[in-house]
Amino acid sequence: MAVAERSARSLGRALSSLCIFILAGPALAYEFPFDDPFVATVVGTPEEYRADLDVKVPLKRRSIEIFPDREVPDIFFYDSKLRYSYALQKGPAPLVFMIAGTGGSHDGSTNRDLGRALYKAGFHFISLSSPTHSNFVVSASASNVPGHAFDDAADLYRVMETIWAKLSGKADVTDFFLTGYSLGAFNTAFVMKVDQERQTFNFKRALMVNSPMRLYSSISLLDRMLENIPGGEDNFGQFYQSLVDRFAQVYKRSDELNLSEDFLYKVYEIYQPKDERLAALIGTVFRLAAANMTFASDVMTDYGYIKPSNVKLRKGSDLTSYNHVAMRLGFTDFFHAYFYPYYKAKNPELTRTSLIEKMSLTSIEDFLRSADNIYVTHNEDDLILEPGQIDFFRDVFGERAMIYPNGGHLGNMMQRDYVAHIIELFQR
Amino acid sequence: MILSPALRRLLTVFGILVLGFVAGGCSTAPIVEGDEPEEPVFSADRLIKHDVQQFDEMDDRFMGFNKAVYRFNYRFDNYVLLPLVIGYYKITPAFFRAGVHNFFTNFFNIRTIYNSLLQGSGQKTLQTTGRFAVNTTIGLLGLFDPATKMEIPQHHEDFGQTLGKWGVGTGPYLVLPLLGPSNVRDGIGVGVDWYVTTKIRDAILDPDRTMQIIWGLLYAIDTRAHVKFLYYGTGSPFEYRLVRTLYTEKRRLDIEN
Repeated sequence: MAVAERSARSLGRALSSLCIFILAGPALAYEFPFDDPFVATVVGTPEEYRADLDVKVPLKRRSIEIFPDREVPDIFFYDSKLRYSYALQKGPAPLVFMIAGTGGSHDGSTNRDLGRALYKAGFHFISLSSPTHSNFVVSASASNVPGHAFDDAADLYRVMETIWAKLSGKADVTDFFLTGYSLGAFNTAFVMKVDQERQTFNFKRALMVNSPMRLYSSISLLDRMLENIPGGEDNFGQFYQSLVDRFAQVYKRSDELNLSEDFLYKVYEIYQPKDERLAALIGTVFRLAAANMTFASDVMTDYGYIKPSNVKLRKGSDLTSYNHVAMRLGFTDFFHAYFYPYYKAKNPELTRTSLIEKMSLTSIEDFLRSADNIYVTHNEDDLILEPGQIDFFRDVFGERAMIYPNGGHLGNMMQRDYVAHIIELFQR
Repeated sequence: MILSPALRRLLTVFGILVLGFVAGGCSTAPIVEGDEPEEPVFSADRLIKHDVQQFDEMDDRFMGFNKAVYRFNYRFDNYVLLPLVIGYYKITPAFFRAGVHNFFTNFFNIRTIYNSLLQGSGQKTLQTTGRFAVNTTIGLLGLFDPATKMEIPQHHEDFGQTLGKWGVGTGPYLVLPLLGPSNVRDGIGVGVDWYVTTKIRDAILDPDRTMQIIWGLLYAIDTRAHVKFLYYGTGSPFEYRLVRTLYTEKRRLDIEN
């Protein structure tokens, strides 16, 4: 039965691909030069394959208070408000909310590029940092403990409503759309679930770009990438220093103090490292995100994960040893020694396994299967998926999933045809 | 040093402001509630091997002062400089801003010229002198930049780099009021360059006080507008250290080449 279903589906897929091929030939003209997912992830899309994003965006950077009564610890005096950015068209237009990926800023290169593409195609957009970004953890997370699929979605929805209350007088909006990449794509799925209940925006369509399926799988894969450090994790300091040295040499040639993907691209061009080094590099970028997120959360809750629970930090406190410790701890350490105990304390019946299973798209599978307005783009060789997990997206989203043969994790996101596909999804 | 009385007064007031601000928040020690810190889940003692290299180590004995100045700079940037830059972009046309930027870039080639000389780099001295000559004449006092079209490279050399080339060490890390990341050596370099370039400017242009103020204001705005950095915008609670590392590494490489 299952087999029959599968073959029927693959036949359907083959037929529909054929139809697309006949009706819309250019959609299959997708060309991306890297078949190595590590290279794709680090290097991204080279200039000649990139979408033309040449447009002047009237970007506004703002900050907004989400919890008026919240007292922020001295050390985070600069983070009491949530920072976000937006750009509005002159006349009426559809509006897209964008959610950044792990540790990502509203102002990071991925959201900025996606914003340009959307603005150029005639959309308003509002760009949000990831719930795992330290600014979000401090100012906009109800629990201050990030990474919970349902709680993060509730936080995001509250943020969207608060921002919209402020901007609704300025923007003439015809329809609302939602998108996010990486963890932001995962968030997108759960925010759509909240929207179904609260209906503030009634999102017309949503797009998940390179989403994890089960969070725990993805964070384990990312943590393990640091095993590629020469001499093991004890040598993290040395490895990090060698990275910084290389970054610094590239930084010298650019005028931007920003650890973005463009930056990694420049580093790659110069050094052409092997896959193991690239894996260690990707692991390090995520490790930085983990360290920032974990430490911000720990300071907010006084949980006593890295900072002693009875220590209060001043504005100018020396964070050296906390920084060293934070950089040695991965997302899985966070899960087992902080996240799980934190939620277990609230709900004694919780088990590790049940929490892991809950933080997964499978926990809202029925909703995703029936929600005909949620779309997916993904890559066959995405590094944040375990073998076989890509089939979950094929199976659950069916025709609503566009799976590219290569691109690694987000490597092809700014590829010409990929961007055209995203725009087309929101315009149809 | 010859300063106009008004400028001297302004500098004094500013100095007191910075000192007052800095004196208020120099401590780097945290506050412990109770007798001693509770053991966290992951402590440095438990996790960090002491015989291996840690990252970002350097001489930062003025950390308390530095961090306080870093915060002062953030506020000054947020409430004074950035609003000025935004206003400047609103009221001036693009060609005007380009002209101003070209003008200052060209004028401060003077700094690169004498420092290249002091470093004994004939090539940089010649190229920068050529740049300066072309842009000052054909480029109408530096408002235009024909030298770039003629593919004459733009170098940046300052007295901090010159001292570095001469073998002077960086000394401790130092965050300068308004100017940001530096170190003792580069801080001295900034002072020397400021004095020399101001002398040369006054000798050539003999500006009156209004001109001096306009010069200073435009220079500050133009410089800020071309630095792509927002304080506390990296998303890292450890941003101070991140910036410290990047600055130090960049200067090391600037001196090497």
